[in-house]
Amino acid sequence: MATEAQDAGAVTHAAAGHEAAASGGMPQLDITTWPNQIFWLLVTLVAIYLILTRVALPRISAVLAERRGTITNDLAAAEELKQKATEAEAAYNKALATARTEAAKIVAAARAEIEADLAKATAKADADIEAKTAVSEQRIAEIRANSIESVTEVAKDTAKELVSALGGAADARSITAAVSARLKG
Amino acid sequence: MSEEASTGFHIDPMGQFIVKPLFGGDHIAWYTVTNVTMWMAVAVVVIAALLVLGTRRRAIVPSRSQSVAELLYGFIYNMVEEVTGHEGVKYFPYVMTLFLFILFSNLLGLLPMSFTTTSHVAVTLTLAMLVFVGVTVLGFVKNGIGFLGMFWVASAPLVIRPVLAVIEIISYFVRPVSHSIRLAGNLMAGHAVIKVIAGFATLAVASPVIVGAVTAIYALELLVACVQAYVFTILTCVYLRDAVGGAHH
Repeated sequence: MATEAQDAGAVTHAAAGHEAAASGGMPQLDITTWPNQIFWLLVTLVAIYLILTRVALPRISAVLAERRGTITNDLAAAEELKQKATEAEAAYNKALATARTEAAKIVAAARAEIEADLAKATAKADADIEAKTAVSEQRIAEIRANSIESVTEVAKDTAKELVSALGGAADARSITAAVSARLKG
Repeated sequence: MSEEASTGFHIDPMGQFIVKPLFGGDHIAWYTVTNVTMWMAVAVVVIAALLVLGTRRRAIVPSRSQSVAELLYGFIYNMVEEVTGHEGVKYFPYVMTLFLFILFSNLLGLLPMSFTTTSHVAVTLTLAMLVFVGVTVLGFVKNGIGFLGMFWVASAPLVIRPVLAVIEIISYFVRPVSHSIRLAGNLMAGHAVIKVIAGFATLAVASPVIVGAVTAIYALELLVACVQAYVFTILTCVYLRDAVGGAHH
């Protein structure tokens, strides 16, 4: 084990030896490898530059621009929809107010109509009552007149019968006059 | 060497940074396919997978991978726009290239047995020099000779302006050095420390502690990988602002 490690160390140092001779230990300072590194570095940088400018950067900037555009559009659309919603609310409120006014108007009209009908009906009823009262009064007057006439008749007849029963003979004219005088008195 | 052999430890913290040809051979020419090539290729593949395959559905509501791609895009785009101003946005693809390369190289370097390309000064210095030369050329193209006005601090008293100019010029030329050493140094140090500590895990008594320590350092290195990519990128943006935004800071 120890010899193996020793061998490996020896081999590594033998390999590193030729660089160590040129650089004094640091591979970084081995000038002989510099042209190689610089050449491949330049190749690498050109490759990366081409990949970036031909494909990657235009693509990424396009994606970013597109995203920014989409977000801007979405925000604008949202703003527009909000505006519409506000307008719709205003329209709704206006419609509500109109409906309320309309309803109030209808209620007022209905009330007026009902009141007019009621007044008319009351007037008619009053008139009917008055007419009936008049008829009744007339009939009462008639009845009263008839009854007076009947009373006169009965009184005349009774007076005539009484006169004849008492043995008197009285003419109808004098009896009527006497009864009429008595009835008035 | 003899000390290692006697203790039984096999600690070789720098071995992970050796550049090796992939298909045998000893000589490393500039075109040789090495482990550097492979890990840079892996970084390209991962970046392509995330940013191209991940976004292939172009969804308005993104998938996870698309979210990550968009996040990286937005992060760097905003950084460039905030730091360099509106004028600097056209250099966004370059900054993004640097950021993605560094970020994914750092992260891939954290895979066990992998090779960290950004731990090499050759790589980070090249990156820093690209930024330095690019910014300087751009500054002169955009502002002409007026770009030099950057070194002439107009708000300072006239007497000390020449002194400040010298300091400013020195600091300007030190930029690529600090820019590159910061990145390579951070990664190299972190990886070397993990390796050294992990080497002690062969000691049975210490191994539970070592495993815990390596885990903690690994977490720290994960943070360092991201933060260093961020630091390199934002410094690039700051330097770019000098060129784009004129002479005034």
